[in-house]
Amino acid sequence: MSALLRADELGLIACRVCGLVCRNVPGDERLNGDDVGDAMACPRCGTTLHRRKPNSYARTWALLIAAFIMYIPANLLPIMRTASLNDVDDNTIISGVVELWRAGSPNLAVIVFTASIVVPVLKFLALGALLVSSQLGSDWARVQRAKLFRLVELIGYWSMLDVFVVALLTALVRFSVLSLVEPLPGVIFFGLTVVLTMLASMSFDPRLIWDGRDIDE
Amino acid sequence: MGTTPPTALLICEHCDTVYRRRALVRGDVALCVRCDAELERHHALSVNAMLALILTAFIVFVQANMWPIVTLGLSGQHNSTTLWGMIIAMWREQAQVISVLVAFTLFFFPLGKMLTLGWLLWFARRGRRAPGFVRLMVALHHFGPWTMSEVFVLGALVAIVKAHTYFDVVADPGIYAYAALTLLITIFAGVDLRQLWDEPLESPA
Ligand SMILES: [Zn+2]
Ligand SMILES: [Zn+2]
Repeated sequence: MSALLRADELGLIACRVCGLVCRNVPGDERLNGDDVGDAMACPRCGTTLHRRKPNSYARTWALLIAAFIMYIPANLLPIMRTASLNDVDDNTIISGVVELWRAGSPNLAVIVFTASIVVPVLKFLALGALLVSSQLGSDWARVQRAKLFRLVELIGYWSMLDVFVVALLTALVRFSVLSLVEPLPGVIFFGLTVVLTMLASMSFDPRLIWDGRDIDE
Repeated sequence: MGTTPPTALLICEHCDTVYRRRALVRGDVALCVRCDAELERHHALSVNAMLALILTAFIVFVQANMWPIVTLGLSGQHNSTTLWGMIIAMWREQAQVISVLVAFTLFFFPLGKMLTLGWLLWFARRGRRAPGFVRLMVALHHFGPWTMSEVFVLGALVAIVKAHTYFDVVADPGIYAYAALTLLITIFAGVDLRQLWDEPLESPA
C-alpha cells in the first residue's frame, strides 16, 4: 500500500449509498456526474452511480447562496415575541444570546451563540473556501480542507437549537393576558437557513478537494 | 484487479482512495492514509446488542413523546407541553414551516429510523435479510442526517433557563426520557450501519 491509488485511476467507482465497489465504464461521460441521466445502477442497492456527485459545484453554490440570503432576514428580523401585561418585547437571535448572558448563564449563552452564529458563519466561509479552492484545483492544505469539510458536516445540524427553543417556549408560555410567547418570521428564515446549509454540505463532493493537480507528491 | 471480488476492496468516500479490506479486531478503526477520514470500524456491538439498544430507544422515545417535557407556573396557573404540543402550537402561530421541520426532525425521522433498524435487525439476528431490505437501507441512508433529538435536549435546557427568569419551572419526566434517548443515540452513533450490507451476516451469538 505504498502507492495510494484512487478509484478513478483503477477504473472503479464507489456507490454513494451502500459503499459497494463497482467497475467503472471508461469513457462513459454520463458517469462523470455532469449529467443526471441514469447511466449505471449499483447492483446491490440500485442507486445511480456517479464518479462524483452530480453537478456538485453548481448545486452547492446555489444552496449556499440561497442559505446566505435567508440568513440575512434570520438575523435582522425578530425570531420571537414575548408579551406580558405591560410590555411587548421582540427578540432577535443576538438579543436572545445577550439575555441569556444577563440571566446569569454565560455558559449557555456561549453555546447558543456558537450554534446560532458561529456555526452558520463557519459553514458559509468553510464551504465557500472549499468550493473556490477545489474549483481552482488547488493542492493547498488538502488534508486540513478535508477535515474542515467533515467538521462542517458533523456540527451543522446543531444550529437548529434556537428553532427548538422558540417552538418550546411558544407552546409553554400561554398565560392568556399575563404572558405569551409567539414565533416571529425571523425563526422561519433561520430554520430555512439551517436546512439549506445542510443540503449545501450534502451536495458538496469532498473527493473534489483531491481531484486537482498532481495528488501524489 | 480482475480477480479481486468487489467486497474485498474499500474506497474512501472522502477522497476516492482504494484500499484492500483487512480484518478488523475489537476496537479497531481503519483510517484513510490520504485524508484521515474513517474508513471502517470494528463493531463492538453484536446484532442482538444492537436490537436490544433499538428496542430500549423505542420505548424511551414513546415515553419522551407522551410525557410532558416541562411545566411553567405563573401566579397559580400552570402550563405544560409535549413534543406534539410544540408542533401544534407552531402550526397555529403561523409558523407552519417550523412546525413541519420539528415534526420531521424530532418525530417522524427518529421514529422511522428506529422502526426500520428494528425491522432489519430482527431479521439479521436469524441471518436473514428483511423483506424490503434494499429499499429500507437506502431510505435509512437518506434520512439519517435529519434526526435531531440530541439538539432538542440542549434546546429544552436553554428554554428552561430562559423561562426561569419569569416563571416557576418544573422539569417533567419527558425531558429525562429525552436525555436518556440522547445517551442511547450517542452509544449507537459509533455503529456503522453499512455493515448490514455485508453478507454473510454475523452469526447470532
Ligand atoms: Zn449501492
Ligand atoms: Zn480518504
